[in-house]
Amino acid sequence: MSTTISNNIIQQDPWSSLKAFTAARIALGRTGTAIPLKEVLAFKLAFAHARDAVYSLLDDQQLAVELDIFKLPVYSLQSKSDSRNIYLQRPDLGRQLNDTSKKRLQDLSKEEYDICIILADGLSATAVNKNALPVLRSLIPTLKQYNIAPIIIVQNARVAIGDEIASICKAKLSVVLIGERPGLSSPDSLGAYLTFSPMVGLTDESRNCISNIRLEGLQHNLATEKILYLIQESFRLNLSGINLKDTSKSYCKL
Amino acid sequence: MSFSLISHFTVGELRDWLLSDNATTTTLQKLAKGFTPEMIAAVSKLMRNQDLIVIAQKCEIITRFRNTIGLRGRLSTRLQPNHPTDDLKGIAASMIDGLLYGSGDAVIGINPATDSPASVVSLLNMIDGLRTKYNIPTQSCVLCHVTTILQVIKQAPVDLVFQSIAGTEKTNKSFGISLSILQEAYDAALSLQRGTIGNNIMYFETGQGSSLSANAHHNIDQQTLETRAYAVARKFNPMLVNSVVGFIGPEYLFDGKQIIRAALEDHFCGKLLGLPMGVDVCYTNHAEADQDDMDNLLTLLGVAGCNFIMGIPGADDIMLNYQSTSFHDALYLRKVLNKRPSPEFEAWLLKQQIMDEHGNQLPIQSSHLLLQ
Repeated sequence: MSTTISNNIIQQDPWSSLKAFTAARIALGRTGTAIPLKEVLAFKLAFAHARDAVYSLLDDQQLAVELDIFKLPVYSLQSKSDSRNIYLQRPDLGRQLNDTSKKRLQDLSKEEYDICIILADGLSATAVNKNALPVLRSLIPTLKQYNIAPIIIVQNARVAIGDEIASICKAKLSVVLIGERPGLSSPDSLGAYLTFSPMVGLTDESRNCISNIRLEGLQHNLATEKILYLIQESFRLNLSGINLKDTSKSYCKL
Repeated sequence: MSFSLISHFTVGELRDWLLSDNATTTTLQKLAKGFTPEMIAAVSKLMRNQDLIVIAQKCEIITRFRNTIGLRGRLSTRLQPNHPTDDLKGIAASMIDGLLYGSGDAVIGINPATDSPASVVSLLNMIDGLRTKYNIPTQSCVLCHVTTILQVIKQAPVDLVFQSIAGTEKTNKSFGISLSILQEAYDAALSLQRGTIGNNIMYFETGQGSSLSANAHHNIDQQTLETRAYAVARKFNPMLVNSVVGFIGPEYLFDGKQIIRAALEDHFCGKLLGLPMGVDVCYTNHAEADQDDMDNLLTLLGVAGCNFIMGIPGADDIMLNYQSTSFHDALYLRKVLNKRPSPEFEAWLLKQQIMDEHGNQLPIQSSHLLLQ
């Protein structure tokens, strides 16, 4: 053969300007019916970040150091899931404290509180490591009229573990900051779940949820505003969940 | 009547008979109403993957609204242009992308980020506007709660009515539905008479494990309950039924092998009960699965004759945060199995010069009508 095959291989899509309107993977182009390698590799990298987030660990020592500015006690606890693999297969175990943690919390909890703040890894500890402090830094100073319980950090935990923790702490309201299920474009998305009168056995309709808290999603200061609004409304109406409407445009995917 | 023909079979005999040459497409269509969900779930458990595939392939379940879905040799797609804040321009951008990749004949269906009636109305108006502007022979759907659709049905262009359904009354109650609510929605949508060539107007989604999530499983295994959900679906002559098999999470289906097996079971069970089954070939990032598993499943379901799969830009749903099949994946499957879109939609793709008569994608110019 005298001439080589052209390396102008990819059929480009002439609508990449539409990318301005969405983060979706549009206008990828193609070769035959396949996605071009550049986009395949970008996908694989995003997937690797998401997988890493699922298996990431709460940096509880660093968090405890940073939480020191609030002058509140910080307790580090564990759920009944003792490994990530069990955690993924048994959501029920992630909703309960293990015996040691439960006893420790019972021994430490003597007085009653208004609000119990809980940091839980959920499906992305990365989300908590990155986004919990910025939210709390703006939130806690606005809660001066409330009696705040010790801050709890809990590993291998699901949202409902907050019910057990807050009821042992005798808190009127729980705020669980938890790592959400990572998407390809969002390995570090934090969710905030508010529950009034938390007790074991409550389900999602008893909670309010603020989702997608991260730099590229719902900004920390806006998230704080929403959380504060829900806390105030919750105490005013003595309830949370489906009967407490968040009038702002948030959404929730459990 | 159809039940009496087979009521003497043991489950094992039913398995052997379904695999025999006597169980033809026509025979299976006639018997569909005689199959009980419990027996079909049971027989699926006696089958290897190849049994699930070869029997499902014999079933041909055809439905119609503005086009024809489920004909042999066809593979349709639900165009799923989701956006995390329901931004109309963002959704329209993904819709255009999908249409230019030949996606969207089963339905153009959006999972809304909020279930508010006002938002649902604006989404329905937007899709219907694009559909009528370009004269696209397909149907639209916003996958909100059925009671929300009932609220807006008089003020918005509602084609297909969506609802998630399950296999126990208690689970359905936890979804906020009952058979009478479904009947009400079915009657309301039928009365609109928006289908041009048929009246299949329901779109149902199901998934193994939903009754365990709702703590409403009565200790019955998840495949039996899944098939009982199909028995709910068949009461309402649905246009589309979709098992969201890998979406529910690793507590139900832990890895790629389990997702593949469950998807083949779901497709088989739904088809035998006479349903137009599609499958969301998908996984979440906390399951032990990846794109290779999805390629395997996609190919197996194509061979089994699955009516439709999802079409999502680059396989990455930025609203629901999981991976499903891309527009490219559907093109791959049509190519390797020599399948085509639904006939009405295929004619539109040819006319728009998106596809040629051999099923190959054509290069799209920036002057293309859909980009104007």
